[in-house]
Amino acid sequence: MNLLRRKFLKTATYVGATASAIGAGVLIPQRVLGAYNAAAFAAKDVNGAISASMGNDQHTASDAIKLKAPDIAENGAVVPITVSSSMSNVEAISIIASANPSPLTSSYQLSPACETFVSTRIKMVKTSNVIAVLKADGKLYSASKEVKVTIGGCGG
Amino acid sequence: MAIKIRAKAKDGVTTVKTLMSHPMETGLRKNSKTGEKIPANHITEVTAAHNGNVIMTANWGGAISKNPYLSFKFKGAAAGDKITITWVDNMGQGDSAEAAIK
Repeated sequence: MNLLRRKFLKTATYVGATASAIGAGVLIPQRVLGAYNAAAFAAKDVNGAISASMGNDQHTASDAIKLKAPDIAENGAVVPITVSSSMSNVEAISIIASANPSPLTSSYQLSPACETFVSTRIKMVKTSNVIAVLKADGKLYSASKEVKVTIGGCGG
Repeated sequence: MAIKIRAKAKDGVTTVKTLMSHPMETGLRKNSKTGEKIPANHITEVTAAHNGNVIMTANWGGAISKNPYLSFKFKGAAAGDKITITWVDNMGQGDSAEAAIK
């Protein structure tokens, strides 16, 4: 393994990932925006990804979350996902693709001005569940949908 | 353009849609000729600001599609206000663009 990457991985922690990345000379300081949660993206399983991105993995299914994803994704490299909810005080959203080598695709931190709405396009390696986890008032809520993938999106 | 932004205010809610140019390599794909893995090269953080105040940040992994699209909504802005979208990637590259809300 590349020595620089080894040093980076060794020092990276949830809070200190950015600081250690600068220290390891991996990131250029003026380009760094905030704390990148490298640990959450390194998690290989769904619960690990939820736990690392949200603080714990205790979530309850909620009808108040609308997870829009295609029933069948023709191209696993570009799967449109929209997460929205009428819930108030939502501070974070994580989007997980359960069968991906790294299940966490992305996480979003919303300021109070934000509506609970995020839309993006993700890669899915194969037919699996897309799970949206929302954090509101310290509790986690989730919605899940199976997306069938005809051509896998990790290009491997 | 490396970052396209469309921001529209209606009934007190501003919808922002942005498209960024980026290869978003996962680090898992192999070069078909050499058989070697193409190194991870993807946006890691995206920040959205309204008139200079950060309203949303995103952490992205390699599983966000190439030339990523992102849309979000927020309250408390009016036409003419500025939206700034900034990204950095794991290689230390970054970009930023600004647009006025219509």
